[in-house]
Amino acid sequence: MSTTTTTPAPPGARAAEEKKGLAGRFNLNTVLVEGRALIALIIIIAIFAVLSDNYLTAGNLTTITKQVAFNAIVALGMLLVILNGGIDLSVGSIVGFTAAVAGNLFRGVHIPGTDVTMFPSLWVIIVLSVAIGMLVGWVNGLLIARLNLAPFIVTLGMLYVARGLTEVLLNGQNITNELSGQEGLNNTGFFAVFASKPLGLPLAAWVMIVLAILFSIFLNRTPFGRWLYATGSNERAAQLSGVPVRSIKTQIYVLSALCAAIVGILQMANISSSTADLGTFYELNAIAAVVIGGAALSGGRGTVRGTIIGAFVIGFLANGLVIVGVSPFWQKVITGAVIILAVAVDQIQQILQRRRNAAKAVASAKAAAASRQSAERAAPRS
Amino acid sequence: MSEHAALLDEHEVAPHDGAVVLKAVDIAKTYGVTRALKGVNFDVRRGKVTVLFGENGAGKSTLMKILSGVEKPTAGQLILDGEPVNLESTNDAVARGISIIHQELNLAPNLSVRDNIFIGREIRTRTGAIDYGREKEITEQVMARLEETIPPSTLVQDLRVGQQQVVEIARALAADARILIMDEPTSALSATEVEVLFKVIHELTSHGVAIVYISHHLEEALEIADYAVVFRDGELVATEEAANIDLSWVVRQMVGREADYDFRDEPRDFGDVALSIQGVTVAEPETGRVVVNNVSLDVRQGEIVCLYGLMGAGRTELMEALAGRDKISGGRVLLGEQDVAELGIAERIANGMGLVPEDRQRDGLIQMMSVGKNMSLASLLSTVRNMFITRKAERENVDRQIKDVKVKTAGPDALITSLSGGNQQKVVIGKILLTDPKVMLLDEPTRGIDVGAKGEIFALLFREARKGLAVLYVTSEVGEAITASHRLIVMSKGRLIREFDPRTATRDDIMAASGEHDTHYEHDGTQEGAHQ
Repeated sequence: MSTTTTTPAPPGARAAEEKKGLAGRFNLNTVLVEGRALIALIIIIAIFAVLSDNYLTAGNLTTITKQVAFNAIVALGMLLVILNGGIDLSVGSIVGFTAAVAGNLFRGVHIPGTDVTMFPSLWVIIVLSVAIGMLVGWVNGLLIARLNLAPFIVTLGMLYVARGLTEVLLNGQNITNELSGQEGLNNTGFFAVFASKPLGLPLAAWVMIVLAILFSIFLNRTPFGRWLYATGSNERAAQLSGVPVRSIKTQIYVLSALCAAIVGILQMANISSSTADLGTFYELNAIAAVVIGGAALSGGRGTVRGTIIGAFVIGFLANGLVIVGVSPFWQKVITGAVIILAVAVDQIQQILQRRRNAAKAVASAKAAAASRQSAERAAPRS
Repeated sequence: MSEHAALLDEHEVAPHDGAVVLKAVDIAKTYGVTRALKGVNFDVRRGKVTVLFGENGAGKSTLMKILSGVEKPTAGQLILDGEPVNLESTNDAVARGISIIHQELNLAPNLSVRDNIFIGREIRTRTGAIDYGREKEITEQVMARLEETIPPSTLVQDLRVGQQQVVEIARALAADARILIMDEPTSALSATEVEVLFKVIHELTSHGVAIVYISHHLEEALEIADYAVVFRDGELVATEEAANIDLSWVVRQMVGREADYDFRDEPRDFGDVALSIQGVTVAEPETGRVVVNNVSLDVRQGEIVCLYGLMGAGRTELMEALAGRDKISGGRVLLGEQDVAELGIAERIANGMGLVPEDRQRDGLIQMMSVGKNMSLASLLSTVRNMFITRKAERENVDRQIKDVKVKTAGPDALITSLSGGNQQKVVIGKILLTDPKVMLLDEPTRGIDVGAKGEIFALLFREARKGLAVLYVTSEVGEAITASHRLIVMSKGRLIREFDPRTATRDDIMAASGEHDTHYEHDGTQEGAHQ
């Protein structure tokens, strides 16, 4: 029976999004939720700056920024997936896999049955390995969107598959020397480009900035972005409004893999090597960044700004703990606790908001009932 | 184990003296701005069947949720055995002897009958393990009382729907239910199963159990009623002993004064055929059961056609297949000249046909988004220039449409869930209208909406029809079917049964054609008074 009156709002309908404007304009509620992550960031920086003189130095800030950038880029892709109500556990493996593919391309491709070994040029290597990384995301997307498999399961499986393929490609050896390329093979310049620091900032940081701007525009200004939020909030209703829910679902996993593949290349340049464990646990850091940034794991709520702040929270915290000499074991405990705290505060805030709303509704209903009763007393029905 | 003892000790069972066991005093319930119940006073009597009548959205289900502890009233008091009570949860209600059997059965299909009956309140041995022997014993005793022979170890998934319902009743009895609420218990039952259910109900009342019964099948419900209670627009409008009333009384009370709207005099100058459904058949994907059987129907430009039928008549399935959510297994759907049967939802919307779905919360609204973003969702591509949404164009569309369909809202940035049901529905309709449709499909467009908004929504549809929009809508409210359509077609069991001109059709003819009354039901002349 009566749908409007009896169906409770879905758990995803969160107070935080309640007052978000049509055009995503400034409003207090959004600022408070995202501000929470920002306040946490400021507190973290303040604490460690007091505890250690080495924390707020230019050198250390550059290091942090680079680490943050790697996580933030992966997290941007993860944000798209989480906005849709999905999850992508395979991104860490895609980071490693892309680097392994690129490393092997630097070594040259031996054509079976011949003596020929082909050496692709630098940009062919980069584009090809990123494309192969995206292919993994495309498989994720197809399985999830077309076969209706659970994202958690599919990407968990892909986490193993891609990591396994990485190990197969590397065959127990890191690829290091070949990355410099050889004059004459037209594949030199990798480090000159990907380990560069334009204007003193690591390239990864520039990529993060550019992607953050692009994703922000993409989410706020294109139909695809609007549709993504809509599918994350109510997929059935979005579908009936003509939103291409399946194609969106496929594409976000490809985009998530693209972000991971970019990080694969940047990380490989950063550590001057393609190793089998590159990118391990990146998926968890990325999810943590998205969640600390105020996104709902159930989908439909989250922003680029929040995600980037979330990545900085994790980065500054981890670095600070190292600098003040907290043992690696306790570092994990503290990082985990901060993640839980961030989400718990979010939840408590929303429960309070709901209580306030409910109290308001009860008060107004009571007032209405009272006025009705007094009206009836004044003019009793026969 | 004492809680189960009463079941076995017949002498503990109260006589059916008709004493009031549960009293609802001035119960009111408000959801946001929607007043679902406006101060209801209501008695449940021992050993009697109290039937609640009322159209969709009249407040019956809300009251049942309050009586069974699912929801708490915004105002008012429940009095159980003369003592004021606050039901904190369904478990609390069950512990006090109030059980509800929902329309959708709440059973775990992968568990046995015995396990389902004791789920959540298992009997323990001294070691804390489940006492299966004792559970089985009680299950058998309850089943015997219900004159059923379902073995306790049978898996629920292997039972027919009617038997599953018996299991639900058995569960309530095993929990010592003194008050049993049944919400549309017969909607999935065959005629024989309904007979069995009624026998069970008589059995229960003779042992002093109070039954509260809700059904859309009026005549069927009257058959077992001791007391009839009628709801309308969140108010209890009439209470009467069943012996003193007949069907026409019920219908009269349910509808009350004729609705404020009446569009029977609308002009009937229709244009070309806008939507032509030709031999459409739809089968349920899971079971292959045919739910829409060879349906053919034309709707002309400017024409409003109403499909009237009960739940399960295949109406929603037909609408969803037309909109493109489900595949049709046979037939053609012509939109103008074009066969759209193979197209996706987005393409059908682009070609000028959109659906306003039945379940607004599940299928109509993006709850996390604002009024404006909901409104523009289906027509977003029309505001795109160079890949980007033109905010100005979107804003203009939204502002214009909010005014046009008369949404009462704080503004386009207000959250969609802050609106009342009627205004939410206007947003959903406005969303489809923004796509510039030629054909609009609506599935129960006035479900859960108060009377005033119903009239506004139909006024809106007739206004668009005058501009050439073809409208096909589904309803289970007869009054609405008669007063708000150019043509009325009764659908039952997947087929179109009969076509009526609403200017001459009578409530009884329509209900009879739909199978809502038994077809042998003979009405007397006074029936006409129900809606004239």
